[in-house]
Amino acid sequence: MSRIKKAFLNGKAFIGFLTGGDPSIEKSLEFIGEMVHAGADIVEIGIPFSDPIAEGPVIQRANLRALSAGATLPRLFGLVESVRKTSEVPLVFLTYLNPVFVYGYDAFFKEASRVGLDGIIIPDLPYEEGGEVRPFAEKYGIDLISLIAPTSDERIGEIAKNAAGFVYAVSSMGVTGMRGEIATDIGAMTKKVKAAAKIPTAIGFGINTVEQARSLSALADGVIVGSAIVKIIEEYGKDAGREVYRYVLEMKKAVTE
Amino acid sequence: MKGRFGEFGGQYIPETLMNEVKRLEESYEFYKNDPSFAAELNGLLKNYAGRPSLLYYAEKMTRNLGGARIYLKREDLNHTGSHKINNVLGQTLLAKRMGKTRVIAETGAGQHGVATATAAALLGLECEIFMGKEDTERQALNVYRMELLGAKVNAVTSGTMTLKDAVNETMRDWTGRVHDTLYVLGSVMGPHPFPTIVRDFQSVIGKETREQLLEKEGKLPYAVLACVGGGSNAMGMFYRFIEDKSVKLIGCEAAGRGIDTPENAATIANGSVGIFHGMKSYFCQNEEGQIAPVYSISAGLDYPGIGPEHAYLYKSGRAEYVPVTDSEAVAAFEYLARTEGIICAIESAHAVAHAMKIAKDIPNTESIVICLSGRGDKDVAAIARYRGIKLYE
Repeated sequence: MSRIKKAFLNGKAFIGFLTGGDPSIEKSLEFIGEMVHAGADIVEIGIPFSDPIAEGPVIQRANLRALSAGATLPRLFGLVESVRKTSEVPLVFLTYLNPVFVYGYDAFFKEASRVGLDGIIIPDLPYEEGGEVRPFAEKYGIDLISLIAPTSDERIGEIAKNAAGFVYAVSSMGVTGMRGEIATDIGAMTKKVKAAAKIPTAIGFGINTVEQARSLSALADGVIVGSAIVKIIEEYGKDAGREVYRYVLEMKKAVTE
Repeated sequence: MKGRFGEFGGQYIPETLMNEVKRLEESYEFYKNDPSFAAELNGLLKNYAGRPSLLYYAEKMTRNLGGARIYLKREDLNHTGSHKINNVLGQTLLAKRMGKTRVIAETGAGQHGVATATAAALLGLECEIFMGKEDTERQALNVYRMELLGAKVNAVTSGTMTLKDAVNETMRDWTGRVHDTLYVLGSVMGPHPFPTIVRDFQSVIGKETREQLLEKEGKLPYAVLACVGGGSNAMGMFYRFIEDKSVKLIGCEAAGRGIDTPENAATIANGSVGIFHGMKSYFCQNEEGQIAPVYSISAGLDYPGIGPEHAYLYKSGRAEYVPVTDSEAVAAFEYLARTEGIICAIESAHAVAHAMKIAKDIPNTESIVICLSGRGDKDVAAIARYRGIKLYE
């Protein structure tokens, strides 16, 4: 059984995100350790990109910090390899397509498999364009995780049916970032997703409070939190470990309640 | 394959936008064959934008350079001062037919922003423009112009604060508000169907040129030239000549301080294949696939990519793309002003510069056409500063 599949076996999953290499590769390794220690079931590592069009200001800034600190794909593969030495936590890359394309699809997924990556989320690769990537992901056993948005409507069935790992249900319109309230009818959307998908569904985008984590986890198999964690890292810098631990502990508790 | 030009093009965008671009494609496919839509658009092009634009025989320039007969396609004489209005009128009419109440657009130099704000004012649409903070400072007059037209101008402070960041920010805005908003993309780039829609609306340039030149010369041109950033005026000029195999199609890229320096925006000369802004095409990028900061004296050519159909025309050998430096473009800008009494956009001056290089080697029985994509009022202060004269708008 895949590590991602196992992550959803013990109740609702908490999925934490950070931008790889922000503020350094060494610190990302430490913060991932803190997340896992606090109960994170899956960790998403953002590959920094010069032009992250689906991100709000918080993750945009983290991308710039990571790039100026010298984060590169080979070093991020190294980060995965380091985590794997001590942990079986499922690891997922969130990356824009261009760095993967330029690295070469075959070479990328081969290396991903070698270092122990479990899945990949590509926000600028919709279902229709997935054909150029999926065969390589499958060849090397990496789950190509699909996103479903509030506007997906009649597309949900086909996307969910062909999804791997878990389905990433986007809670809100627009870019990533913390929101006071989730305005879309996420309940109806996740119901449709769950009816079509044979794999778990996790909700992400905009989630930052304990209350949101509690209410949204009731609708799905897990919740994904990104900007709120990245914001803590932005605020506390290299000393963010303890705060990341505290925050994830609290959120994981809310999700499992 | 749908939405592809060979291997180039595609729809590499977030899932949130997918249904919307599909709706856009369906609406466009419907309205492009709808006689009432065509009548409304053609009416505006004629009575509001001032089409057809002139094809002017530059006799003094021809004599002075001593070679090919040189024609200028005067897109600078259109309302709002550039070719941008051709596409904007088409897309904003489409937005209205689709029931949208708001349009958004990116702009570099401000030409596309001004054109979009103009059409939005005319058609009664809410309008927001995204412009790199650096460009809002370089082109302060155009910012105020857009505001006069009733648009809200957002200065983009992310990334390099120029055109590519303006595109990022417009896409982000659209992702948050697809229900009532159409992204009026300014060039033959982005996800399908934009490269096709913008090319079709701009192809009026080449269509008129072909008819006008056949009437004047009795034969097709030896070559047509246009500047290329994203490549909308070039695609508009080239499209109706693609099947005329004898006609050379020449795109002129911004080489900034030189293609051997880090400061240029010559995508074909220096770029490699990548996937960005919704399309597979050529991009200036590093070996890690990070998009490179680019530079040109011309804010309208200061873009790290090129439209996918150009990528295809290049790869298939049908069109050629040549680099033109800042200094060559400025010299051409000044030359055209003194020789023909025309102050053209610094973007268009890149095409003029290349024509000046090749004209003398082409027999005087042949003609070449340069697309003068815009007028140069907006550039006067920048050219003065380039020449060391402290002139501010």
